[in-house]
Amino acid sequence: MTERRKLVEVRDLKMHFPIFGGILRRQKGAVKAVDGVSFDIYEGETLGIVGESGCGKSTCGRAVLRLYEATAGSITINGQDIATLGQEELRKRRPMMQMVFQDPQASLNPRMTVAGIIGEPLDEHTDWPRQKKLERIYELMDAVGLNRDFANRYPHAFSGGQRQRIGIARALALNPKFIVCDEPIAALDVSIQAQVVNLLEELQEQFNLTYMFISHDLSMVRHIADRVAVMYLGVIVELAPVQALYDRPMHPYTEALLSAVPEPDPSAARRKDRIVLQGDVPSPANPPKGCNFCTRCPKVMDICREVPPETREVAPGHFAACHLLDQDQTTGGTGGRGSEHNQRLIQQGEDA
Amino acid sequence: MPDGAVPVLEVKDLKTVFRVRGGEIHAVNSVSFDLRAGELLGVVGESGSGKSVTMMSLLDLLPSPPAEVRNGTVMLGDRDLLKVDAETMRSIRGGEVGFIFQDPMTSLNPVFTVGFQIMEPLRSHMGLSKAKARDRAVELLELVGIPDARSRLKDYPHQFSGGMRQRVMIAIALACDPKVLIADEPTTALDVTIQAQILELIKDLRQKLGMAIIWITHDLGVIAGIADRVMVMYGGQVVEQGPVREVFANPAHPYTRALLQTMPKLHGARETKLRVIEGQPPMLGRHPESCPFRDRCGHAFDRCAAENPARRQLGENHDVACHWDHREGKP
Ligand SMILES: Nc1ncnc2c1ncn2[C@@H]1O[C@H](COP(=O)(O)OP(=O)(O)OP(=O)(O)O)[C@@H](O)[C@H]1O
Ligand SMILES: Nc1ncnc2c1ncn2[C@@H]1O[C@H](COP(=O)(O)OP(=O)(O)OP(=O)(O)O)[C@@H](O)[C@H]1O
Ligand SMILES: [Mg+2]
Ligand SMILES: [Mg+2]
Repeated sequence: MTERRKLVEVRDLKMHFPIFGGILRRQKGAVKAVDGVSFDIYEGETLGIVGESGCGKSTCGRAVLRLYEATAGSITINGQDIATLGQEELRKRRPMMQMVFQDPQASLNPRMTVAGIIGEPLDEHTDWPRQKKLERIYELMDAVGLNRDFANRYPHAFSGGQRQRIGIARALALNPKFIVCDEPIAALDVSIQAQVVNLLEELQEQFNLTYMFISHDLSMVRHIADRVAVMYLGVIVELAPVQALYDRPMHPYTEALLSAVPEPDPSAARRKDRIVLQGDVPSPANPPKGCNFCTRCPKVMDICREVPPETREVAPGHFAACHLLDQDQTTGGTGGRGSEHNQRLIQQGEDA
Repeated sequence: MPDGAVPVLEVKDLKTVFRVRGGEIHAVNSVSFDLRAGELLGVVGESGSGKSVTMMSLLDLLPSPPAEVRNGTVMLGDRDLLKVDAETMRSIRGGEVGFIFQDPMTSLNPVFTVGFQIMEPLRSHMGLSKAKARDRAVELLELVGIPDARSRLKDYPHQFSGGMRQRVMIAIALACDPKVLIADEPTTALDVTIQAQILELIKDLRQKLGMAIIWITHDLGVIAGIADRVMVMYGGQVVEQGPVREVFANPAHPYTRALLQTMPKLHGARETKLRVIEGQPPMLGRHPESCPFRDRCGHAFDRCAAENPARRQLGENHDVACHWDHREGKP
């Protein structure tokens, strides 16, 4: 492969939401939604972000686009330091970086027609004549599989999946370079999921787009991503090329995640060996001492409750943060079929 | 599962139309199905096929106008839900029948705390005291896996992540131990581990309370894992219905077959391109006189344009609405 260019560079990003309490409403703590993450995204690639609900994926995506003011850390996009940019400069850069939101309903203005919503970024950032805008709007509607005849309807008249496509069309309006897709397909049926993913891939090829693709659908992430970062409670616990991550997960959390994917086959689904995580899910306002995953890890050791593990490169481009890797680097990690000590496998019988 | 059990919910010939500027949208067309005690009925179907509108029609949850339920009966026990007065409906909703909406952000009220919204039905339907309701709310939030539940009661919905809001909705729906639970895409925003936990919880409650469940989802893996029966919708109609193993093993409707083929896989080679069902969904502008899937169907022939197929029985409990005989491979 030729030398790839980094389009996005994030270093030690933190996003803490203050918690206020008491009669004086003084700050008494913080929700550490994102607590020191670093990663790069290369031009033209897709970085998948997976992880448990509430682990900070959306917050991370929003902070990267500066929809939140980050608590700490640096963000560089296309050579430009985004974190310190002034408002006007930031506005000028907006067309280049877009977001498809997780909650389609909440992000669509109920008083605007679909054409108005999709065309809003065009009104804001171009001085095209009406007709040209309208053509672009139709083109976008075709691209995401929305019937043109729906252009003058309002968002409430659409199903959940149709609304999500409106959001995607709007994000594509200005030909961005970098798009953060926050669960863009969760609300869609599988055929339309496939349509949208194919579309995202076609656009990527055509315009060399770069995606940060947040999703909990591990099968889809496997399909679309080049590399995948696994988040747990505000930190990245593993980051690897997609093949390596699915074939040789190094972090016990990644293993548990992969084992829990439901299979679309009624007889296989009820017999599968699933690692069911036990123990308390810690709160990001009060993360455990040591490794964030220590309260639920099936392979927890004493050191895990004391010292946070460091991220190390266990194979080329394959990063993981786990104390197990300190010891048995030679055996190629914790993963795999061989080392199932201490792991709780639930055999789900036919009677389930 | 409970074969031959009595239906707790029986829907017949439901038809729902939206009046919009310039015409009507026939969103639900003669939908019939039943739900038996303790059973989990999975509902799948194309986006816009009328899954949500069907379920919302049952509980009078659609804004009217523009919505109009034109026909049908919905029997819950011996009451027709389309005929009960508003007062009775309010006590059924959130009491006997729990409902989880597809869109958690719009169904949670942004100006009230999460705690208030869970405690409200506990106080009004179950008559719990404030302190009891609070304890039960904490218990429910813990059940759906919200960490540090007690201290999060005073948070507002925007302070929760997408998946956490969805879990709050689940907690609210389960609050009053409903007999029937209607869950519309209840786990789309959840990661697989939490989803697995919720599915276990649901299985458990079914066993303990004998709750009957309608579960709408796009995730065929979830259907495969928990449903007893599956109902497939397309263009405002039920196109196939049957026991989940039977439908997955021998899908009869061309749409069902196409749907089962579009799934990306977790194992095996990565597909270079995902399969899609070509073509556009139907417009729903009129009452359908022909098969809604015919423009996208590889088997369509003249009869499909002339006549909308009625559901015909294939085997015990398995039916399909299609003129094509998939077993014979001919019309
Ligand atoms: N308030 C409304 N006014 C007009 N049309 C509506 C309204 N609500 C829904 N519809 C239409 O009814 C049809 C069925 O919508 P419904 O929400 O039931 O789809 P769905 O099967 O739940 O789809 P999804 O999987 O995307 O949630 C859609 O074509 C939609 O455009
Ligand atoms: N505006 C806010 N104020 C306070 N806390 C917040 C706010 N936004 C998010 N949080 C908290 O930060 C944490 C991470 O939230 P985030 O939305 O990033 O999760 P996520 O990984 O996207 O989860 P999901 O998969 O459920 O969408 C959660 O504990 C959430 O409650
Ligand atoms: Mg999120
Ligand atoms: Mg719906």
